[in-house]
Amino acid sequence: MNENSYIEGRVEINRLSTEFYAKSCNESLARAIVSACAVQLDPTLSELSDIVTAVSEAVTNSIIHGYANVTASRDKCTVRMECVLYGDAMEVTVTDRGCGIENIEKAREPMFTSSPEMERSGMGFTIMESFTDHFSVWSEPGKGTEIKLFKIFNSLSGAKSGGESKCENMTTEP
Amino acid sequence: MNFSMARSGRTLIVYIAGELDNHVADEVRVRIDAEIMKPPTRDILFDFDGLTFMDSSGIGMIMGRYKKIKALGGKAWIICDNPNASKILEMSGVFRLIHRCSDIHDAV
Repeated sequence: MNENSYIEGRVEINRLSTEFYAKSCNESLARAIVSACAVQLDPTLSELSDIVTAVSEAVTNSIIHGYANVTASRDKCTVRMECVLYGDAMEVTVTDRGCGIENIEKAREPMFTSSPEMERSGMGFTIMESFTDHFSVWSEPGKGTEIKLFKIFNSLSGAKSGGESKCENMTTEP
Repeated sequence: MNFSMARSGRTLIVYIAGELDNHVADEVRVRIDAEIMKPPTRDILFDFDGLTFMDSSGIGMIMGRYKKIKALGGKAWIICDNPNASKILEMSGVFRLIHRCSDIHDAV
């Protein structure tokens, strides 16, 4: 099965890329950006809050775990976030160039945390997984981590055939 | 985020409104712990009535305070109506340890 098979048949209608310093004050910024992108697809409040929460977990992980023990200059410590909108769905990719994850299987276990002394709950990956329709992690120690969060906005599936998506006027055709 | 604390007998009441994430969790943690240390604190009530967002950083903060209160022989309660926060609290099993209540009279 193709790694991105969940995207097959979907047409990209909008895209936004952003990169910011790995500072905790940017967690709320990331949520605001994702929320602003998602509303173009008119999701329900619950769908919107799911993707925003999942992104908050991914960005927080990059900031507190990915760049936990860096010696590099701050301008190298950035988190990249890309939002891609499809007609009825959204994919958010969160990438850092931090320390990476040694054991992804272990990290994905509910309640597992590499930093119990920081009072982390170990629920980050569990929340990302249960709040999205497709979730994947790529990570390499010393290289960084990339998280993909895909959310289908079911509220749109009924309106899609007859209705008009708010983003449909992207084409230059007459 | 809006944060304040009050007391009712031996119960410390913690009001958190707005967004509870990793960025603010540390400050909240330090300020609550300073109050927990002061006698005659025994119990804690988290009033999340005005909460608009919470992620797993909030769970870590709540569980950490719960452990401290439990060590004092006290109990913990949560008031929470926000669907997003409730979903996370339920998923993390917080409601199995911390009583959910509808208002302060219900708890104290």
